Amino acid sequence: MYEFHSVEELLAKAVDLHMPISEVVLHRQMEDSQEAKEAIMERMRKSLREMRRSAASGCDKDIRSTSGLSGGNAYILDKKIKESGSLLGPVLGRAAVHAMAIAEYNACMGRIVACPTAGSCGIVPAALLAMLDEEMVNEDQAVMGLFCAGGIGMMIARGATLSGAEGGCQAECGSAAAMAAAAVTELCGGTPGMCADAAAITLKSMLGLVCDPVAGLVEIPCIKRNVSGAMIAFSSAQMALAGIPSMIPLGDVISAMKEVGSAMPLCYRETASGGLATTRTGKKLHEKLRREGHDVSGR
Amino acid sequence: MDVFSIVGPVMIGPSSSHTAGAVRLGNIAEALLGKVPTEAEIVLYGSFAQTFRGHGTDKAILSGIMGFGIDDERLKDSFKEAEKIGLNYHFKTCIQADGRHPNTAHITLKDEEGRVVEMEGASVGGGNILITQVNGLEVHFNGEFDTLIVLHRDVPGVVANVTQLLTENAINICRMQLNRAQRGGDAVMTIEVDGKMSAGICSLISEREQIQKCILCRKID
Repeated sequence: MYEFHSVEELLAKAVDLHMPISEVVLHRQMEDSQEAKEAIMERMRKSLREMRRSAASGCDKDIRSTSGLSGGNAYILDKKIKESGSLLGPVLGRAAVHAMAIAEYNACMGRIVACPTAGSCGIVPAALLAMLDEEMVNEDQAVMGLFCAGGIGMMIARGATLSGAEGGCQAECGSAAAMAAAAVTELCGGTPGMCADAAAITLKSMLGLVCDPVAGLVEIPCIKRNVSGAMIAFSSAQMALAGIPSMIPLGDVISAMKEVGSAMPLCYRETASGGLATTRTGKKLHEKLRREGHDVSGR
Repeated sequence: MDVFSIVGPVMIGPSSSHTAGAVRLGNIAEALLGKVPTEAEIVLYGSFAQTFRGHGTDKAILSGIMGFGIDDERLKDSFKEAEKIGLNYHFKTCIQADGRHPNTAHITLKDEEGRVVEMEGASVGGGNILITQVNGLEVHFNGEFDTLIVLHRDVPGVVANVTQLLTENAINICRMQLNRAQRGGDAVMTIEVDGKMSAGICSLISEREQIQKCILCRKID
């Protein structure tokens, strides 16, 4: 009864049943896994708490990745914002810190929730944890935000891909930001249509983004892209909540993302053989790591 | 599609394919041996061979071999953990994947009684894996279900014999595959089943004629 195969079907279900997207997704999961509502809510609540934990651990001053390329920037950002205030305002300032903390914690082999992937794991939690910090929502509402985000992610996975190796960074950070935008919109009282618009505006803003990590590691530029992705999610949600529609609907944007991803040369799809990875500095960093024994490639 | 496959899994970073998938490959190897080994040799191919250190692929596979899950924080210190329990391990790298998936590992495990299992598998993205070889024979399973690996002789009636036993125990097969080295030679059946399979049935199968060995590989969480 709650099954949906496309964005259009998901939106139609939400409208017909007078439910937000999150409720449709939750009910579909109940139908699918034959579990009680509270059991499924509890599983998602655990994920949210795990996100909170990784955001806190990622703010540690001394964390460093195995390569030594990252770690400690979330601490610096958090400290600066606490001392001098947030240029972005309180909610976005908190979101920026959380996104950086979780993405850095991931790079440092910390425990995270892939959302939808490990490389893009900072974006959705950043948005929800920031809203929690600023008391815009309570925990149960944030949990529902994760169901809404999950529903949008499911539609992108179905219509395109969530893998950087297949579709570039647009498929990872782009998808995560679209998921976050929809969740923020729903939690701010937006209609299901507005949620889809926020997701569409976000994906459009990140369309074509390549996956070009230095030395093939989930660090440069992945960590900072998590922060930017979270910011784009909020600006898109703001537009959608004002009633500004995406002139290209989400279903079409997902199709475009698939097409762009397929046309993307292999060197921009997680192979570390193009873009930032092969810049003068990118190659120098790679060479340094190789000398230190972090990489045994003959390239 | 499960919403928890999008929001989740909870895992140790940094990479679902190079870290979480690598743990799962180790998990399958451990399940095939049926216990934590005393010796492990791991060959990393392709992209695994190129970036294993930065992604912790080596620590992740070793973690999996010790039976730790993808969210187990001991992953970071798995070399020390291995030392603690007296597991000798050795890694080799081979940049050329030679037609293999770029994220492939070949794992050979030995227990204190000298029993050896060997397997090859790939991390195919998003933490998902595919096992392609067990003890030198071609297989095809992904740990999504409880899986029986039946090593047997290629003679008529073996499949019927095994499936009859499953029928008698009301076990439903969801996927099944058979491969052999040559006619009348060594063969392997891969049978994936619904629900939780009892270990007793596995030993019943291995007692049947023309069957050398039956290994139960539990589904990975």
